[in-house]
Amino acid sequence: MLRHLISAADLTRDDAVQILDTAEEMARVADRPIKKLPTLRGRTVVNLFFEDSTRTRISFEAAEKRLSADVINFSAKGSSVSKGESLKDTAQTLEAMGVDAVVIRHGASGAPYRLATSGWIDAAVINAGDGTHQHPTQALLDAFTLRRRLVGHDTGLGRDLAGKRVVIVGDILHSRVARSNVDLLHTLGAEVVLVAPPTLLPVGVTNWPCEVSYDLDSALAKCDAVMMLRVQRERMNAAFFPTEREYSRRYGLDGDRMAKLPEHAIVMHPGPMVRGMEITAQVADSPRCTAIEQVANGVSIRMAVLYLLLGGNESAA
Amino acid sequence: MSKTLIRGAQVLGGDVQDVLVDGETIAATGTGLPAGDATVIEAEGRILLPGLVDLHTHLREPGREDSETVLTGTRAAATGGFTSVFAMANTFPVADTAGVVEQVYRLGREHGYCDVQPIGAVTVGLEGRKLAELGAMHDSAAGVTVFSDDGKCVDDAVIMRRALEYVKAFGGVVAQHAQEPRLTEGAQMNEGTVSAELGLGGWPAVAEESIIARDVLLAEHVGSRLHICHLSTAGSVDIVRWAKSRGIDVTAEVTPHHLLLTDELVRSYNPVYKVNPPLRTERDVLALRQALADGTIDIVATDHAPHPHEDKDCEWAAAAMGMVGLETALSVVQQTMVETGLLDWAGVADRMSFAPARIGRATGHGRPVSAGEPANLTLVDPAYRGTVDPAGFASRSRNTPYEGRELPGRVTHTFLRGRATLMDGKLA
Repeated sequence: MLRHLISAADLTRDDAVQILDTAEEMARVADRPIKKLPTLRGRTVVNLFFEDSTRTRISFEAAEKRLSADVINFSAKGSSVSKGESLKDTAQTLEAMGVDAVVIRHGASGAPYRLATSGWIDAAVINAGDGTHQHPTQALLDAFTLRRRLVGHDTGLGRDLAGKRVVIVGDILHSRVARSNVDLLHTLGAEVVLVAPPTLLPVGVTNWPCEVSYDLDSALAKCDAVMMLRVQRERMNAAFFPTEREYSRRYGLDGDRMAKLPEHAIVMHPGPMVRGMEITAQVADSPRCTAIEQVANGVSIRMAVLYLLLGGNESAA
Repeated sequence: MSKTLIRGAQVLGGDVQDVLVDGETIAATGTGLPAGDATVIEAEGRILLPGLVDLHTHLREPGREDSETVLTGTRAAATGGFTSVFAMANTFPVADTAGVVEQVYRLGREHGYCDVQPIGAVTVGLEGRKLAELGAMHDSAAGVTVFSDDGKCVDDAVIMRRALEYVKAFGGVVAQHAQEPRLTEGAQMNEGTVSAELGLGGWPAVAEESIIARDVLLAEHVGSRLHICHLSTAGSVDIVRWAKSRGIDVTAEVTPHHLLLTDELVRSYNPVYKVNPPLRTERDVLALRQALADGTIDIVATDHAPHPHEDKDCEWAAAAMGMVGLETALSVVQQTMVETGLLDWAGVADRMSFAPARIGRATGHGRPVSAGEPANLTLVDPAYRGTVDPAGFASRSRNTPYEGRELPGRVTHTFLRGRATLMDGKLA
């Protein structure tokens, strides 16, 4: 297993399957009356969040607490520069207090990589989202959700996502979720199709291990899952697309489009959803939408990652 | 006055000759020159070049003396074999008045390691709105002939046109930092395959090329002289080549780092590779080398950009753009141009001394190595192999992308008007 988790691209197929299998074990803990394991007792984990993120932080915090770790939450809104203290000083200050792992969310792409490789600190680094680069635990929880739904809880153990076809729709250009998912789903044997207006696809996307399409309707007919990404309203002002309504019409998922999906296909969303923009309420509230399930799976995945990075070799359950 | 006999060097990489320096000038060249009372430098196996001229440096004084001063910058220049450097105008205060350029000029003269020729800002405060007093800077003791808002692009087409026209009155040249500002908002690295993966804001080649295309057409229209700073893309090469074929009076420079490094290095997220314009692709690097060899690109200029350690010891987005380059420039050119067979040493003398001196009107620099000329000379040991160790830099800053890299060649001696500023690799 790796010492840090920085990018989904760093995971081999076997690493990823091991994390998914461990997450299944962790999910069983959630079904117990006492949802706690002693694994990380005496270990300290800091959640170092330079960007607002209630969901991801709470998810990590829940995972850490279920593993009995001591948790420190450090929210430093804005960049290290505007705060005056550098990332290096902040990290070294926390390490001096004896942290074993740093879960970092940062607005600058590459900040977790710098933290892990610059020799500033010795602690394990877990990337909880960096700029428009990577969000590996999101990709892992998405893969976990896909495997549970499309392969099965128990039958999925030890298996990857070979042959599954996943359509990712929305603001690919600014999305760390899309980058992480392309890397991880490809590693797990799935086919990935990115769908977006050309303005929201990065130059260079043609080199990614996936297909690219500008047409949502044609992509929906043949897939096992469709993942809708949030489109931030401020993108409209930067001429990425003409109006919100036009975006919704061409790239939003409504009831009519959902009806074109194969019977078994699921609708995913990493949240937070902008209802009426990329997804209608009808779709978001339908049983095919796994948004809430993904949140629950997020805790299991983060427990698995923390366990494997910090916990050593003893059995989880 | 003291005399020095440089014995047995290959002048411009050609014939082995002795060169006798008497006072500030070259007294004689030839074979078997008698040493007499001169100090003798045995220079067998070494290359003697005219003192190098750098049309593009940032010496940071006044304003950012924590990263470089005229003293430390010119000591770095002498170490790298330079006898004349042009200092960009983006200081604090900006070099947009006669007072500031005279101060920088005077500091260079006082320290005596390397002539410093200040570059004047094109617009007041580099803000791109109002022409600075270009004539006053030209008429000052500093005698400014090169004007640039480097660091920022003169993006307003009318201001650029007026500047190009106005400096014709005194033989000036506008050196453009070609960067379309709207296309590079939030830009962090070259836009392409690597930026797509790394999630860093893209700096597209077209943002440089579109400005160069506009400016060569403007220069043609008003019959002016234009210089392009740090040209970095294959497309820019094509445009400059086209412009020259039309007879447009344009010159261009390339930095050593754009001749060697590519955006693949950004995968390390190490801001030591963060520079503006950004490192491009292998294809661009090869096109730039070819263009420097065939003369489409006229000169090598370092864009020496010192930054304090803390401005690089951080996350990529927070880091400053720029690299120091004076002390490694010749070695990088040797590796990328000479050892690849693209350029001989006479070509190096042209691209790093004759041509930049001509573009910048650096009087007394970029002259032939022959009797009667000012003794601005650089002696190089091309057989030397060493690993770059920034701890040994004369520059106040250490932000080199070459740390730990083996580079060929070493400047052993630099002479500024007959006086050794660098002697056996040590500053005099």
